Order: sequence, then C-alpha cells, then structure tokens
Amino acid sequence: MSLTEAETQELQVERDQIVGRWTDARQRLLRSPSSVIGLVLIGLFVFVAVFAPLLAPYEPGDQNLSVIRPGVYPGPSAEHLLGVDQLGRDILSRIIYGARTSLVIGLVSLGFGAVVGLTIGSLAGAFGGRVDTVLMRLMDMMLAIPGLLLAIGVAAAIGRGLTAVMIAIGVVNVPVFARLLRSSMLSQRESDYVLAARSLGVKRGRIVVGHIIPNSIAPVIVAATLALATAIIDAAGLAFLGLGSADPGVAEWGRMLAETQSFLQNAPHAAIFPGLAIIISCLGFYLLGEGLREALDPKFRR
Amino acid sequence: MLKFIVRRLIQLIPILIGLSILVFLWIRTLPGGPAEALLGERATPEAVARVRELYGLDRPVWQQYGSYLESVVKLDLGQSVVSRRPVATELRERFPATIELTIAAMIFAVGIGIPLGFLAAKRYQGPIDQLSVAGSLIGVAIPVFFLGLVLKYVFAVKLGWLPTSGRSDATSTALHPTGFYLLDAVITNDRVALVDTVRHLILPAIALGTIPLAIITRITRAAVLDVVNEDYVRTAHAKGMEPNVVDRRHILKNAMLPVVTIIGLQTGLLLSGAILTETVFAWGGMGSWMYQAINFRDYAVLQAGILFIAIVFVLVNLMVDITYARLDPRIRVR
Repeated sequence: MSLTEAETQELQVERDQIVGRWTDARQRLLRSPSSVIGLVLIGLFVFVAVFAPLLAPYEPGDQNLSVIRPGVYPGPSAEHLLGVDQLGRDILSRIIYGARTSLVIGLVSLGFGAVVGLTIGSLAGAFGGRVDTVLMRLMDMMLAIPGLLLAIGVAAAIGRGLTAVMIAIGVVNVPVFARLLRSSMLSQRESDYVLAARSLGVKRGRIVVGHIIPNSIAPVIVAATLALATAIIDAAGLAFLGLGSADPGVAEWGRMLAETQSFLQNAPHAAIFPGLAIIISCLGFYLLGEGLREALDPKFRR
Repeated sequence: MLKFIVRRLIQLIPILIGLSILVFLWIRTLPGGPAEALLGERATPEAVARVRELYGLDRPVWQQYGSYLESVVKLDLGQSVVSRRPVATELRERFPATIELTIAAMIFAVGIGIPLGFLAAKRYQGPIDQLSVAGSLIGVAIPVFFLGLVLKYVFAVKLGWLPTSGRSDATSTALHPTGFYLLDAVITNDRVALVDTVRHLILPAIALGTIPLAIITRITRAAVLDVVNEDYVRTAHAKGMEPNVVDRRHILKNAMLPVVTIIGLQTGLLLSGAILTETVFAWGGMGSWMYQAINFRDYAVLQAGILFIAIVFVLVNLMVDITYARLDPRIRVR
C-alpha cells in the first residue's frame, strides 16, 4: 500500500508537531529569564563539582594551623579567599569539594528514587486493579511520614555514611515519582493513540514503554529537577544532624554549618558561605524546575 | 458533614495500621535488631537474651507485630538509653514544646503568607507582586537550619535583642502545668513569663515558618489569580457589590481551597523542620530529643518520635480534609 503525496505530507506535518513539542519547550525555556538564570546557576554548580580538584586552592582536609588561635578564625584574606574554619581548613576549598558531594548525593538519590519510583508507578499504571491498589497504598504510607523524617529513619537504620544518605533521600523520592507517573499514565491510557495502538494489536508492554511512558514523562522531568533541589537541602539537613559522612576529609555543606554552630560568634563567615552555596545551588534547580514546568505544560503555550 | 467525618476517620485506620507496620519493620532492620535497638549498642548478650524473651522476639513475626501494636497503644515505648527513663514519659514532656513551636511557625507563615499572596495577586506584576515572587523563590531555597543560624547570629548574638536559645530564661521560676509555655503563662496569669516565652519563641518560629511562608504566599497568589477572572467575580462587581465583600466572600473563600491543602502538607515539613530548628535553638522539644537520639543511637526514642510525628501529620491532614469539605460542599458528596 503506497501513500499518496497528500498523505505523506500530512504525516510529515504530524511528525513536525511531535518534534516541535520538545523544540518548542526548549525555545520557551530559553526565553524565560528565570530559567536561564537557573541554568547558569546549575551550570556553575556542576562545573565547580566536576573540576573541584583543579579549582580548589587546597585539599578539603588540609589544615593551616598557623593562622588560627583559640577563638580566632580569620575571615576572608588573600591566602584564604573565604577564610578558614575552626580547624584552619580553607572554606573555599571545602565549599568547592562540598559541591561535588552535593552533586553526587543529588544525582544518586534521584537515580535511585526515580528508578524504583517509576518502576512502581508504571507497574501500577500499566496493570491497574489489585496491583495498583496495593502499590499505591504502600506509597501513601510512605507519604504519611514527612520526607526528612523518613530520611532520618532510613539513614539511622543503615548507619552513618554517604551511601546511607543517598539511599535515605532516594527512598523519600520513591512515592513521589511512583504517584506522578501512575497518574500521568492513567490519563494517557484512555487516549486515542493508545486505543489505536491497541486495536492494531500492539503488545501491552510495548504500548507502555513505547507510547504511554514517553507521553507521561514531562511532569517527571519537572519533578526530577525539583527533587535535586530537595536532595541538596535534605542532605545538608541530615549532615547537620550528624547523619552525613563519618569521614572528616569529606566536605559536606550541611556538616560545615553544623560544625561552625558553636563558633558562630568568632567565625560567622564559616557558616555564611556554605549556607549561601546551598541556597544558590537549590535556587538554580528551583528556577529551572519552574521554568520547565511552564515550558512543558501546554497550558502555558501561547 | 458528620457522615463525612466518620468516613474519613474509618479511612484513617488502614493508614495508621500501615504506619505501625512500617515502623515495626523499620525497627527490625536496625543494626543489631530490635533487642539491641531497645537496649542500645553496649547491651550485654544476657540483657539482649532477656529482652528477646521479654518481648517475645522468638515468636512468629505476626505475633510479634501484635504485641508491638499492643505496647504502642499502651504507650509502653521502651526506655531511653541516654536518660534511662521511659520513652513515653519523655515524649509527654517534650511534645508540647514542638507543638507550640510548630503552631507559632504556622501562624507566622499563614498570617503573613495569605495577605501577602492576596495583595500580590491583586497588584499583579506590580512591585509587591514581583518582590513576593522573588522572595518566595529564595524562601524555599534556604535551609531552615541555616536561616536559624543567621537569625540567631544577627538578632541574638550581635544585636542582643532576643535570647539565643531555650524556651524560657534560665532564671525563670514560672509554673508549667501543661507544658505549653504560652498557655501556662496565660493560665497562671504570669505576665513576665508570657513576655519571656514570646521572646524565646520569635526567632525559632520565624526560622521554621519561612519556607511554609514562601510556599503559602505563592499558592495564595496563584489561587487568587485563578479566581479573580471568574465570571461570578465579575458578576458580583457588576451588580455593585462592595469590593471588600467581593474580595472576602467570593475571591478569598474560593481561593482558600488549594491554600488549605498546602497548609496541611506544610505541617509535615514543619514537623520535620522542627528537628533542625530545635537543634539550632536548643529548644527542648521532640526535635532536639531526636537529634540526641540519632547521635546516641537511641532507637527507642527515634522510633517513638517518628511514630508520633507521623501520627500528628496524618491527623492534621484529616483536619485539613474536614476544613476542605466545609469550604467546598462538593467534596462531601464524593
């Protein structure tokens, strides 16, 4: 069966519209100033994290004991651009390495949460019925425990360390992604193109993987961006509570803040700079997340 | 309405049972198992064996769950390894502090957030609107403990306007029949204690309330923007209704629906944020208690804390649902 020229053209137009959705989203994203700021902040954060060893003037664990005396922890100077902490460690270097820790925690916990959550969500969405009920009730239970509290419980059960932190934050993300993908899939399931695929005899697994999931993914991308912001804040919170890495050589923003608590009067800079680092990186992901939400949502399209 | 409440209460049962199962399973995954979790890391093998027998840890899992549930209902939550006192007693002493702080933070967030969001929406794209949008973006990105540290440094350490930590002055002799210090001061008619309590409450409440404030402002603004262009608002204006009455009766009331939902969700954030805030301000509530428990591996305390906060969270969301149903009659029918 060969297509007439008109039909070919029609298909071409349709394909353009499909491609157009993502191109269009990208264009709208780049037109919004706040998204661009978000992208720049994230770019900076990732750049610093990746090239930490080249950028940091010192090792994160290095102590310059010559500059500190009890109660005196110098602030910014030529030698130490952001000053030193109560152990004489260079704060700039620790912030730079801390970006690395945050990025790794963010990505791994997001990956863990997204893979488990999306699997559960797509199973629930694809099978429906009893599978759906059981899985979703389980997710509801998890949501009944406030996020940070759930993370504290999981991290405390696993034991101290970065792996525990990543799993803990990942677990918090699981129900979020599961519910999101499920509800998104449910609304796609009855749509015309799924009915069309089904009537053509396409297998269920292929419909789910090839049609439903790609069309349900937009809200997931938004949630993932926002989850990175939450991961950074929660990881800092866990470290602040003493649930971060046990290795003093590892620089973590949250722990930097926790450690300077008792030196606040003598060394406010040691708390301010890591705090700003957390705010700036989170802000980046929030701005991008919001921008993506608007760019990917057809409601905002003009 | 009563039928609705009863139905929601019944729906609560499986959630609470599920929660207890989760916490029960969680105890079993703790390093060293439940016996050591109750006794602490330095427990002797004999003590572990005794506890295993006492708590019937050699019995089938479902039987153990049954007795676990029974002990929770009886408020027999084990003993703290740090203080050697019953967890339930400490919980009773500690929770009013957290509830008081949470409520104060919520009042701060709602009291400023709703009017600000409303004003921002009414002056859409004006300077107030733009400031509120920028402010609420930065507000969600600030970690609560960092904000706490900054507030403490500026207003307590540097300016000396407010106390740095605690719930009351160390020299205070005020009586505390309920444990809710504000309430106590009012009951005992102790003006000095009231001022003292409020002064201690301000910084932690602002620190804890800022993220919810940012979110509530944003949601209120968006909700009001959604509503102001509705036909019924135009009709109300057209028939010459006082603008204030339109604002109150038509715009605010309808815009409150998403806001109420968000307020409920924020309680979870507040309760877990309280753990961090209390640590910064040495606030003697559940948060600093759990912080201590984390660092001493005091699992009996941690378990009680998690269970308690989760239950409060569930109950608050029940209240939110009921408020929601009051605001929107359509919900009750479903």
